Amino acid sequence: MPRVLRSARLLGVGVLGVGVLGVSLLSGCVANDPAALHTALTVDSSATECALSANEAPAGSIRFSITNSGDQVTEFYLLADDGLRIVGEAENIGPGLSRDLVVQLDAGNYFTACKPGMTGDGVGKAEFTATKTDAAATVDVDLAAQIDTANSDYASYVSDQIDQLVTGTDSFAAAYINGDDDTARSLYASTRVHWERVETIAESFGDLDPKLDLREADLEVGQDWTGWHAIEKDLWPTEAEAGFEAYSTEKRAALTQQLVADTATLHSKVQGLSFTLSQQTNGAIGLLDEVATGKVTGEEETWSHTDLWDFQANVDGAQVLYDGVRPILLQTDADLAASLDAEFASLQALLDVQRVGDGFKLYTDLTPAEIRALADQVNALGEPLHQLTAALVL
Amino acid sequence: MTRSLKSSSTRGKRAQPSAALSAGPTSAAPATPTYGLSRRGLLGFAGAGVAGIGLGVAGDRAAVASLGSEAASVSPVYPFYGNHQAGIVTPAQDRLHFAAFDVSAGTTRAELIELLRDWTIAAASMAAGQEIGEYGAVSGPYDAPPEDTGEAQGLPTAGLTITFGFGPTLFETADGVDRFGIVGRRPAGLAPLPHFPGDDLDAGRSDGDLCIQACSNDPQVAVHAIRNLSRIAFGRAALRWSQLGFGRTSSTSTAQATPRNLFGFMDGTSNIKAEEPEVVADQVWVATSDGPAWLAGGSYLVARRIRMTIETWDRSILSEQEAVFGRTKGSGAPLSGGTEFTEPNFVLTGREDRPLIGAAAHVRLAHPTQNKGMKLLRRGYNFVDGNDELGRLEAGLFFISFQRSPAQFTAVQLNLAKRDALNEYIRHVGSALFAAPGGISAGSYVGAALFA
Repeated sequence: MPRVLRSARLLGVGVLGVGVLGVSLLSGCVANDPAALHTALTVDSSATECALSANEAPAGSIRFSITNSGDQVTEFYLLADDGLRIVGEAENIGPGLSRDLVVQLDAGNYFTACKPGMTGDGVGKAEFTATKTDAAATVDVDLAAQIDTANSDYASYVSDQIDQLVTGTDSFAAAYINGDDDTARSLYASTRVHWERVETIAESFGDLDPKLDLREADLEVGQDWTGWHAIEKDLWPTEAEAGFEAYSTEKRAALTQQLVADTATLHSKVQGLSFTLSQQTNGAIGLLDEVATGKVTGEEETWSHTDLWDFQANVDGAQVLYDGVRPILLQTDADLAASLDAEFASLQALLDVQRVGDGFKLYTDLTPAEIRALADQVNALGEPLHQLTAALVL
Repeated sequence: MTRSLKSSSTRGKRAQPSAALSAGPTSAAPATPTYGLSRRGLLGFAGAGVAGIGLGVAGDRAAVASLGSEAASVSPVYPFYGNHQAGIVTPAQDRLHFAAFDVSAGTTRAELIELLRDWTIAAASMAAGQEIGEYGAVSGPYDAPPEDTGEAQGLPTAGLTITFGFGPTLFETADGVDRFGIVGRRPAGLAPLPHFPGDDLDAGRSDGDLCIQACSNDPQVAVHAIRNLSRIAFGRAALRWSQLGFGRTSSTSTAQATPRNLFGFMDGTSNIKAEEPEVVADQVWVATSDGPAWLAGGSYLVARRIRMTIETWDRSILSEQEAVFGRTKGSGAPLSGGTEFTEPNFVLTGREDRPLIGAAAHVRLAHPTQNKGMKLLRRGYNFVDGNDELGRLEAGLFFISFQRSPAQFTAVQLNLAKRDALNEYIRHVGSALFAAPGGISAGSYVGAALFA
C-alpha cells in the first residue's frame, strides 16, 4: 500500500549520515522518571553570533536548545576536538524557531558553531568542554567498518529479493495470461513476499509503488488501477462485490504487461543502491509500521486474504535490517538489543503457530484472539524498534 | 435543582439578569461561578420564552464583549433565532454531540414538518437554558413520564447551540423516491461526496436524512439536547449514527486559543474566524444568488469521521511528526519560521535546497494558496470511543466543516487524499453531507422555506 511519507523518511533523513564516534544517543523506553538527568543549555543563533549559555557541561546527556534569532535558516554544529568531524547537528531551523539537539557526550573537548544561511564556515565557533564525571559511559569504537558491512549486506539483500521478484512475477504472469488461475493463485502470495520484504525500498521510487501495489480503496475517481491487487481481485472473484465482472483477455494481457514492465523498472532502480545507517534503521521501523497499519488488520489482501504472508515478509525484512545493525547496537545500547532480540523472537513464535505447509492460514481463518495476540506483539516490538534510529544515528 | 438557587442571595442575582450580565467577572464571582442562565432559573423567574430569548441575546453580547474572562467563556447563552443558525460561526464550544437521523418509513410530509416544528421549539428552549415541554423534568403529572429527561437540571447552558441539517436522501432516497415532494428543491451540490483515495467508509457511520449538531462547553448539556431531540423524533425519525466529541480542534474566533488534535499538534490556526465577516460571507454562507432560495443564509455541513492510528504515530520520531504537519509541535509555527500565526513560506529552502515545508506537508496541501483560495470553516472535535478489537484506542478527529459549496471541501480533500503525508496515520471511516438551512425566526421552524 502506498504510504506517502515513507519514501521521504527513508531518503530524506539519510542526509544526516553518521556521526557516531564517541557518541551515542539516548535510547530505551519512555522515561518513567521525568526528573531531569540531562544538562540543559541554550544556544542563540543570530546573524553573527552563536551564543551558548555555558561553554562546559558534565559529560553525559546534554540538551542544546537552539533558538534562531536571525532572519535566515540556520544550523547548529557540535564538532569533535579536531574542529571538523561532526558529532551532532541540528539543521533546517527556520527564523524564529527553536529546536533541541540531545546528545550524550564523553568527557573531552569539542567545538560549537552556528551556520546562518547554511553556507560558508559558520559563525561563533567556540570551544566547548564536557567535563569528567563518574557516571558518564564511554563508547569509543570505530564503527565505520561495521556500518560499511551492514550497508553492503543490505544492498545485496535488496538486490536479491528484487531478482526473485522478477523471476516470480514472470511465472505468475505466464499462468495468469494463460488462464491457469489455480497456478496464478498459488504463486500470488509467494511471489509478493519478495516485494513485501523490501517494501520500504520499493515504495521509495515515486509512482512505481502505486502502479504495482495500489489497493482499490486508494484509487481516486477516474484513476487507472494496475498492479498486484487489480489482478488479485480477478483471481478471487467470489470474494469481490456482487456484480463484479471477470476481466477480459485483453485486460488481463494489459495488466500483465504493465506488471512485468514495472517490475523490470524496479529491478533497474535498485541496482547499485547504497544505504546510510539511518535509512537502514528507518527501513526496519517502516516495515513494522506496514504490519501495524495494513497487515495485522487484514486490509492489504482484500480478496486473497493472504495477509500473513505479507506480515511475515515485512517482519523478515525488518529482521534483516536489524540484524545488520545489531553488532553496532550491542556496543552502543546492549539493553535495547536484548529487548529487540526478545520481541522479534516472540513475534516470530506467534507467526510460526499459523504456518500451514509453505505458507500461512488465511487471515479470515484467524480467531479474534489470535489476531489480537499478533497486534499486541507488533506493538511490543514497535516501541523498542522505533528507538533504533535515535540509538544509533546522530 | 440548580446549584445557584440554593441561596436567596443568588436568587436575587438571577432575577436581575441584566445586571448580572453586565457585571465584570470579579463582582459576580463569589456566589455564582458562571453567567449562564440555569434552566430552572430561567423557567422560574424569567418565565415566558420571549423573555428568555431576549436574555439570550443580551447574554451573547455580554459573552462576546468579555471573551477572555473565564466565567463568560464557559457559559455564554447564544440566541437560537437569528439570520443564521447558531453553531456555525459561534466560537467553537468544547464539547460535541452530533447525530444523524433517518426519517422513519411511512412518515408523511406533514409529519416531517411537524417533527421540524417540535424540534425547533425544543431546541430553542434548551438553547435558552430551559427544560423542554410545559412541565419540564420534575413538575409534571406524577403518573406521567417527565417531558424533559432531566439530566441537565442545575447545569448552565454552557453555550449550547443546536444546528440542523438536511441530507441528500431527504430529497430523494437511494432508490430515487421523493418521499416529501421536495426533490425539485434539492440543491445541485447536495449530492453524495465522491470517493476519495484511501476512503474506508462504514455505511453505519455515514450519511443520513437529517442531522443535529449540539455543541456546548458541558458534555452533559450537549448529550441532553440530542437525547431529548431523539426522543421527540421517535416514530418519525430514528438515530442512524451519532458521535461524541471532546476538545474542539479548531478556533472559530480570534478570541480563542488554538487547540490541539490528538496528534498533539495545533489545529485550525488558519481557520476562518467569525471576526472576518467578508471571508465568512464569501466562503461559508450560501448566497441568495447561489440558489436554491430556501437555502440562502445557510451553509453546507461536511462531517468526516477520521480515525487516527495514534499508536503508530506515537512511535514516530519528532522530526517526522513535524515534517508531516509542516509545523513545529510546540509553538505551532510553520517550519519556515516565525510564530504560530506567521504565514507559511512554502518556497524557503533548507539543506540540499529542499523546502523547509515539504511537498507532502499537511499545512502546504491544505493551504488556500494550494486550493485556488478556497477555505473551509472547520469545527471538528477529538474523539476516543473506547478501543478496537486490536487493543488500539478508537481515536481520531470528528471533522466538521461548513462551506458555501460542497465543491470547496471536495477540492481540498482531493488534494489531501492524494498527497498528504498525514494519510499514513489517518483513515476516513465515516462521511456525510448536509445542507444546513439559514436562520430561523421566532414562531417559525427550521427549513420552513423548503416546505413553503
